[in-house]
Amino acid sequence: MSAPTVVAPTVPALEPSPAFLDVRDVHKNYGAVHALRGVNFRIGPGEVVGLVGHNGAGKSTLMNVLAGTVQRSSGTFNLEAVDVTAWSPDRAQDYGLRCVFQELSLCANLDLAENTRIIHRPLRGPGWRKRAGAVILQTLDEIFPNHGVPVGVRVGDLPIGVRQMVEIARAFSVTDTSVRCVILDEPTSALGHEAAEQLLAYIRSAAERGIACILITHRLDEILAVCDRVVVMVDGQIVAERDAKRLSRAALVALMGSIEAPRERTIREDEPASRGPLVVDSPGRGAGDLSIEAALGEIIGFAGLEGHGQRERLRALYSTGRKRSAHGLAPPVAYVAGDRGSEGVFALWSVADNLTIRSVKALRRRGLISSKAERRLAQAWSDRLNVKTPSIDTPILSLSGGNQQKVLFARALASDAKVIFLDDPMRGVDVGTKQEVYQLIRSEAAKGRCFVWYTTELEELTNCERLYVFREGRAAVQLMGRQIEPSRILESSFGGGSD
Amino acid sequence: MTEAAMHRRVASRVPRLRDAVQVGLPVAALAIMLAIIFWIRPAAFSFFGFTLLFRFAIPLVFASLSQMLVIMLGDIDLSNGSFVGLTTCVTALYLENAPAEATLIYVVMIVAYAAFGVLIYVQRLPSIIVTLGMSFIWLGASIILLPSPGGSAPDWLSEFMSWRPPCLPLPIWIAILAAGVGHFFITRSSYGAVLRGAGANARAVERAGWSLIGIRAATYAAAGLLALLAGLTLTGLTTSGDPNVAPAYTLLSVGAVILGGGSFTGGMVSPVGAVIGALTLSLAGSLLSFLQVPPTWQIGAQGVILFLVLAGRALTAERTQ
Amino acid sequence: MSLAHPRVVIAPWTYGFIVALAMWIATTVYSGLGSAGSTLSAALAFGAFSVTVGTGQMLVIASGPGNIDLSVPSVMALAAYVSMTIMHESNSMTAPGLLAALAVGAVAGALNFLAITALRLPPIIATLAWSFVFQSFTFNFGGEATLKPPEILSWFAVWRVGGVQAMPVAVMILTLVMMIVLRRSVFGRQLLAAGQSERAADLAGVEVGRVRLTAYMLCGTAAALTGFLLSGFTGGAALNMGDTYLMESIAVVVLGGTSVAGGQANPLGIWGAALFFNLMATMLNTFHFEAGVRFLLTGVLIILIVAIAPRARGS
Repeated sequence: MSAPTVVAPTVPALEPSPAFLDVRDVHKNYGAVHALRGVNFRIGPGEVVGLVGHNGAGKSTLMNVLAGTVQRSSGTFNLEAVDVTAWSPDRAQDYGLRCVFQELSLCANLDLAENTRIIHRPLRGPGWRKRAGAVILQTLDEIFPNHGVPVGVRVGDLPIGVRQMVEIARAFSVTDTSVRCVILDEPTSALGHEAAEQLLAYIRSAAERGIACILITHRLDEILAVCDRVVVMVDGQIVAERDAKRLSRAALVALMGSIEAPRERTIREDEPASRGPLVVDSPGRGAGDLSIEAALGEIIGFAGLEGHGQRERLRALYSTGRKRSAHGLAPPVAYVAGDRGSEGVFALWSVADNLTIRSVKALRRRGLISSKAERRLAQAWSDRLNVKTPSIDTPILSLSGGNQQKVLFARALASDAKVIFLDDPMRGVDVGTKQEVYQLIRSEAAKGRCFVWYTTELEELTNCERLYVFREGRAAVQLMGRQIEPSRILESSFGGGSD
Repeated sequence: MTEAAMHRRVASRVPRLRDAVQVGLPVAALAIMLAIIFWIRPAAFSFFGFTLLFRFAIPLVFASLSQMLVIMLGDIDLSNGSFVGLTTCVTALYLENAPAEATLIYVVMIVAYAAFGVLIYVQRLPSIIVTLGMSFIWLGASIILLPSPGGSAPDWLSEFMSWRPPCLPLPIWIAILAAGVGHFFITRSSYGAVLRGAGANARAVERAGWSLIGIRAATYAAAGLLALLAGLTLTGLTTSGDPNVAPAYTLLSVGAVILGGGSFTGGMVSPVGAVIGALTLSLAGSLLSFLQVPPTWQIGAQGVILFLVLAGRALTAERTQ
Repeated sequence: MSLAHPRVVIAPWTYGFIVALAMWIATTVYSGLGSAGSTLSAALAFGAFSVTVGTGQMLVIASGPGNIDLSVPSVMALAAYVSMTIMHESNSMTAPGLLAALAVGAVAGALNFLAITALRLPPIIATLAWSFVFQSFTFNFGGEATLKPPEILSWFAVWRVGGVQAMPVAVMILTLVMMIVLRRSVFGRQLLAAGQSERAADLAGVEVGRVRLTAYMLCGTAAALTGFLLSGFTGGAALNMGDTYLMESIAVVVLGGTSVAGGQANPLGIWGAALFFNLMATMLNTFHFEAGVRFLLTGVLIILIVAIAPRARGS
């Protein structure tokens, strides 16, 4: 990546200078929970600030307070040195403060022009649709050249990665008021590699034009590549502020309060001696599609660029596995969803209920579910995965995202499933949790379970023994053992010749 | 990359086809029904015949548009029918002799409608139960006003409803006008985009700085106004007030909206579709008597027609996916 | 970020009971202590029917957002007509009559579900369309005539054991069973999972289709049972016997604390709401309110109760 030489004002954290936004001693309480406890945060024009921290550290709350979508409980709020008491989303819009939220805030039933209209009041009257379409298309072209996004299509009909591109472009689009500051929460989580690079380059060039950016992401490399300053949050407080230029990845991780495990990767040789019976055996679908095989004791990975058919294939394998095991033809299967909110947690239930739902049939004693057996199972697995929760009766939604994800893992691991499908489950999960779960997956595989793992993060794939790299809906390449390394995976993802 | 882009542009036509099919099907159903009716009785193919066939579709068109606005917000309105009933009572009792009072009552009714819409949002109540409660309130109020059917519609209203405008029969004019105005406001205008957006993803619209309370109050008030128009036109047709004249409108209007391509997920509605759906549903009754279906099977046959049209939609949706 | 709002939650389903109690007291104060017992027993008897229909409706509503059964009244009438025709006022045919009624209900529920999945219709439309068809069946079965029940059924509907009405007690047992089913059976657990999130339930190994089919069939069966018993109680099957239960079955479920968003159900609360409905009718009658005022107050109270009751917060 070619980081452009920076001429923008790289303001050292402590020196006073005209700030665009300056908040002091901001608190936010949800009942007894303190999401923010005395945060001081400022950002100057043209500054790019990275905001990092574990899940539940308060990053999203801080973002929502800055955007006016959540009212602060106390604290002062200065906008260009003017004290603001009542801050709201529409005032934020007027001042050119825009947000890209993690759960996308596009309306799925509207097309691109209509979605653009929603945040731009001047887009009304005769011809508004044409103007709105031009505005969004122009910004898309600027940020993601060759994006190929069709304008007249409902957002709901677009793949998730494209939706994210649209959301980002909308935040940077301009009509009457100029954009002053954009807050981006995990903007690259659904973007492909190329689009992510394009975005980072654009953030830099926007900064040179005086647009401030706050970048929240778990991808620390992105922070180090693009930010002027890094702000680290732990437990609702800012614990460190550093100049990004003089910061290494390891130092940043240390600041976040967790030690990144050294990449102790045991490269197993291509001869899986312990290889058990084949439990996944799905022939390819048409030319150029490899047949997918997995045996007990194996961890196999699905790699490739976002949206090239990995998830569809994973779902298909899961549903055949389910049907076959229902007829006693194959061992039981389980699925760990990555999209916690809509496919994972049962929002009304406690940790225990969420954890045991996959196993209720096995917990029956004389026809009814045994409460005792159920609690025992829930407690045991919640302990094993080190789920941070006051008790197993706590509502699942009061846990942080990473801990909710652990419960979903526990749901699969506590079941009788021999084959476990992982659907990019670590998206947006903090580094510490990731390491814990990687270890658990490896130890469970050693005990004879089989994992089929789809992930968009290259590093994660190094946990796998065998990879299928997907391209245009097909499992195009198989990589094993020493072949599994980022450059090789990327090369196969792009199909060698293209680009 | 550019090839992929082209592919995406081509793929984008599929959803459009799907949208076209959703409005196209009720149109086809309407055309088929009319063809059958005219085949059996060619005399019906006249200015007068059309007027007779669609006379009672007029109030249902307005009621369906009213229901459509509520469904657009992701709610459902079970009070629609009894609100129409209340309107007929107020109209038949007061509109001729005390127009000022009648207008005042109308305004109060619409404000109440809007207030309930805001209440549903502010307290995050299930619309299904609040509008159920509202339906009892409208019904109670109309029975207090008019314990048994009676009163009389002002002459100008009855005369308007039997007016013979140039070119097309009145019901057709009204349907075209209502569909056109609805299409312009809801589907084409920039504010319509915001309203539909609020139905699908209220939070996103709120984050963009719009007042959801304002949006909901305005939409519910408009829904109340349309239901009021349904009541007025119905009074013009029946020339009297009756608290229990239109309980069927509640569910028929829901049927019309869904028939016309709407969905309960919020933000997915089509005013043109809803109008055509209303015409289809009100014509179904006439068709069955033209076909001499025995009275005991007529209701059931209406259910079957509903299934047939919607089944066509489900099948084509599968094809285009 | 979704942090929980821990706060004191007064169980919303108790509101029905509280209001019902208040109304009972008000009625008793107005018309003297002597009427207290008969007021309550009438409310319990009528309430039992609302509860039976409501319990079925609850299962459907809990099975996921948008799920609702509008065919309940037509199934009640159809099942009553079919069973009355089979029994033909003969006591010995009561068992076959009951079985026929239950079968009609189960088939009706299955048809509802089939229309929802095969034609991908919103449940509100699919069940509405079926209700039209069922109404036609009923028309052709019995015409306008009221079909009389066998004596034993009429006797059972008002049977008292030591002064206690048997039928409401039987329905209370049904409620108890339903509470256990929801909390401790695999079906109950999977129903509530499917109701919260269809996709999550599917990925957690729940056969969502099968669970919903069961819910609709149970709902149809409950409606059919109510139709059967109600014709014993009121002296026969009539075409419009179910009409008031369309809205009431939904109202008692929601006022009873079941969420229309799905995934959460409260069988006990239905009793509170059903008693509230019936006692309010009695109270307003006792106070000699005219029909219009009765409707108006009913509406206001429904809205007040849902507006005041604190709700469990889901996603």
